Amino acid sequence: MQNKLFLFFLLALMLPSSHAGEAVPVANDVALEERVMAVSAELRCLVCQNQTIADSHAELAVDLRNQVRDKLRQGMSEQEIKDYMVARYGDFVLYRPLMKRSTLLLWFGPFLLLVVAFGVLIIKLRQRRKAMQQAPALSADEHARAESLLSGADKEVQP
Amino acid sequence: MNRFLLPLIIFIILAIFLGIGLNLKPREVPSPLIDKPAPAFRVPQLHEENKTIAAEDMRGKVWLLNVWASWCVTCREEHPLLVELAQQNMVPIYGLNYKDRREDAIAWLNERGNPYVVTAYDREGNVGIDYGVYGVPETFVIDKLGIIRYKQIGPVTPEALRDKIIPLVKELNGAK
Repeated sequence: MQNKLFLFFLLALMLPSSHAGEAVPVANDVALEERVMAVSAELRCLVCQNQTIADSHAELAVDLRNQVRDKLRQGMSEQEIKDYMVARYGDFVLYRPLMKRSTLLLWFGPFLLLVVAFGVLIIKLRQRRKAMQQAPALSADEHARAESLLSGADKEVQP
Repeated sequence: MNRFLLPLIIFIILAIFLGIGLNLKPREVPSPLIDKPAPAFRVPQLHEENKTIAAEDMRGKVWLLNVWASWCVTCREEHPLLVELAQQNMVPIYGLNYKDRREDAIAWLNERGNPYVVTAYDREGNVGIDYGVYGVPETFVIDKLGIIRYKQIGPVTPEALRDKIIPLVKELNGAK
């Protein structure tokens, strides 16, 4: 009996406490967390450079996410936070490169290549068409031979 | 002959670009802080908890700020060079102990020698963030007016010391 009572209390202790001390209402926190993630997804982790600080588990990324959270709590706008990061880590910290003179090639290079490729294609097609047009016309004999070959009569045609 | 010329040219151009790509160092992101004032900080000292150290304390002299930690493997590589440099009395080296445990850091210095005039203790890494630190070790050369003049990302190498840091320190010391 006593053992059962003991077990009961032990199990009761193991139940998750419904009133764990959480200062901030959960709904509020979720909204903040979403904003933290939205801003973090725009910032590059400099340790693992192809990840954003939202994706990365690097210690620096965790620290920077905490910074983003603190700044959002302090009421900084998303743009202000990005500026704060750029001032410390440079433009490279922005996951989407800025549109400016030094990045023009980055943004428009692929389209430039596409245009060049189309140009080459058109020139080649024109050259081919011209070559076809300039091919010498067939003589009557050649014409007759071609016709017989095409019609399946592949017996030798004596010239 | 002509058939092979164009692919050959394209291949050579590609090879040149790939060769350039191999020699770039994408991990070394140029710092926007170069030629900007060194961010202010005031943090406890590593050895004496009750004393603080601030960037402005070093105003009026050319100094090096070396960011390090006892958990940082490449810091071990550069450390003997810093110890040697400190013995030459050419330029004061200040440490920034980054996200470390105090006792680990002190033990590390006891074992390997302490080249630092004073080490600042940045437990949370906030000073590191202000300085744009993303890979320890990093070393900053800061001039008499408190302007950052150079940043070494990764370990200080004998070449970097000889070709960049020492000439720059001499030049800055010569300037008023």
